[in-house]
Amino acid sequence: MKLAIASGKGGTGKTTVALCLALSADGPVRLLDCDVEEPNCHLFLKPEIRHREPVMLPVPVVDAAKCDGCGKCRQLCQFNAIAVLKGKAVVFPELCHSCGGCVKVCPTHAIREVECEIGFVEQGTSNGVEFVTGSLNVGQPLAPAIIRAVKRHANGDGLTILDCPPGTACAMVASVRDADHVLLVTEPTPFGLHDLKLAVDTVRELKRSFSVVINRADIGDNRVLDYCRAENIPVRLQIPEGRRIAEAYSRGEPVLAAAPELQEKFRQLLAEVTG
Amino acid sequence: MKELVILSGKGGTGKTSVAASFAALARNAVFADADVDAADLHLVLHPEIQVRHKFRSGHEAVIRQADCLRCGACLAHCRFDAVRMDGKEDGEATFTIDPSACEGCGVCVELCPAEAIDFPERMCGEWFVSQTRFGPLVHARLRPAGENSGKLVTQVRTEARRIAERKARNLIVVDGPPGIGCPVIASVTGASAVLAVTEPTVSGEHDLARVFKLARRFGVPAFVCVNKWDINPAMTERIEQQAAAAGATVVGRIPYDRAVTDAQVNGQPVVEFSKGPAAQHIQQLWEHLWKSLV
Repeated sequence: MKLAIASGKGGTGKTTVALCLALSADGPVRLLDCDVEEPNCHLFLKPEIRHREPVMLPVPVVDAAKCDGCGKCRQLCQFNAIAVLKGKAVVFPELCHSCGGCVKVCPTHAIREVECEIGFVEQGTSNGVEFVTGSLNVGQPLAPAIIRAVKRHANGDGLTILDCPPGTACAMVASVRDADHVLLVTEPTPFGLHDLKLAVDTVRELKRSFSVVINRADIGDNRVLDYCRAENIPVRLQIPEGRRIAEAYSRGEPVLAAAPELQEKFRQLLAEVTG
Repeated sequence: MKELVILSGKGGTGKTSVAASFAALARNAVFADADVDAADLHLVLHPEIQVRHKFRSGHEAVIRQADCLRCGACLAHCRFDAVRMDGKEDGEATFTIDPSACEGCGVCVELCPAEAIDFPERMCGEWFVSQTRFGPLVHARLRPAGENSGKLVTQVRTEARRIAERKARNLIVVDGPPGIGCPVIASVTGASAVLAVTEPTVSGEHDLARVFKLARRFGVPAFVCVNKWDINPAMTERIEQQAAAAGATVVGRIPYDRAVTDAQVNGQPVVEFSKGPAAQHIQQLWEHLWKSLV
């Protein structure tokens, strides 16, 4: 079972919910931090890292001696990562999406690929949670490649919780596209509601089962609840705004320690969405 | 002309609330919402849309089942797990492309022995040129699960710059996306300055360090402001020291103030809605920043 914790708007509490769920699970659980641009789970879980592997992306290199400047590679490349200058193909690696097409179409076999490191994946454990996190190197654009590498560590039959990046674009889609259920975390404000609707459109487009968690439930207004009611979207949990929770979070302390009354609610939530 | 990009790394730290207040405070500016997949600035600026443009970008592969030989070459060549096989490869397998995973690279289209894969243009969203009571706004809406958000960001910024040049505006305020990946890189390249809005939490601190690294890498000077600073004063101090050490300029703090949420519920910039502590500090922040920019 893959349970993805997502949102349209950032900063609504995805990481908090993902951590609380992982720490409330009764059986074995694996937590994947898929927010590889700004991974945060490790700051709270403080896991012991057992294994670290680089994520490599193959990028083409042209052997100028073999290149006859025919331009087939440039024609194929959809990302303008190859130009032909003075009769030779030239690669712009920062634009390359690593599809491998240029290597395959080159008639003179002048292109080979070299592995280029764009980030890393780490594995560890903490408090009985098996933990996997990915990190995109600063300056690299292709978050989905790291997300795919993180997701290869999903626990086949057991429970896997994915803390996803915000938004509704490639990175979020790469994280939630094969989830069995998506929990959308929002807050009851106009921004929260607007971005929740975008996230709902996205998970509907991806044909995922989903429901909603409202964080800081006592700020803002009632429009998120009204919307969920009108759309028949289950609201699984409402977490109150609390200085205790905010302060614990700010220090990187587990929210469940500051608000132990939430543990039972998270356990119930987990039972509902996995049952 | 100056272009100020508001970033944060971590989401939900108050980028849009600050950007909306800057819109109310700036005298001669153009505004751009570069958070194209979760754009919120329009909820406060209430733009009147003047021109709508379709955003077509890239292509997506579609297999024509009638011509497909069921050979599986597309599956073998795709590096993005976008080809779905139902049934057995040697028997009655059918192959389809999952549009949510298709990168639009065209490799399967090129290498299909039966030329059975079409490659139509992809509709990725819309972008708008609008008028607000504070000045022109360029904004966008990425299609749900849309691709190419970075290119849409570039489109929005290019148009904002064109308008600023035509109308002789001296500033572009860009409300940026969270993270540090493709859309953020598209927001930062060539800008005059980054304002990083963060919060005094371990995640705010961690993510901010990556934003500074990114800004430095693209040669853009960075300013920083800690929002809700009084949630954790010690952490605020630490973040400001780290910011200074990273070469960024600390330009202000914003205290926790319910008026920020109330202003949003009311659809107004904080500085217009309230005269309270957050509004006052945002005003000072703006004045400080404007002096540093020009």
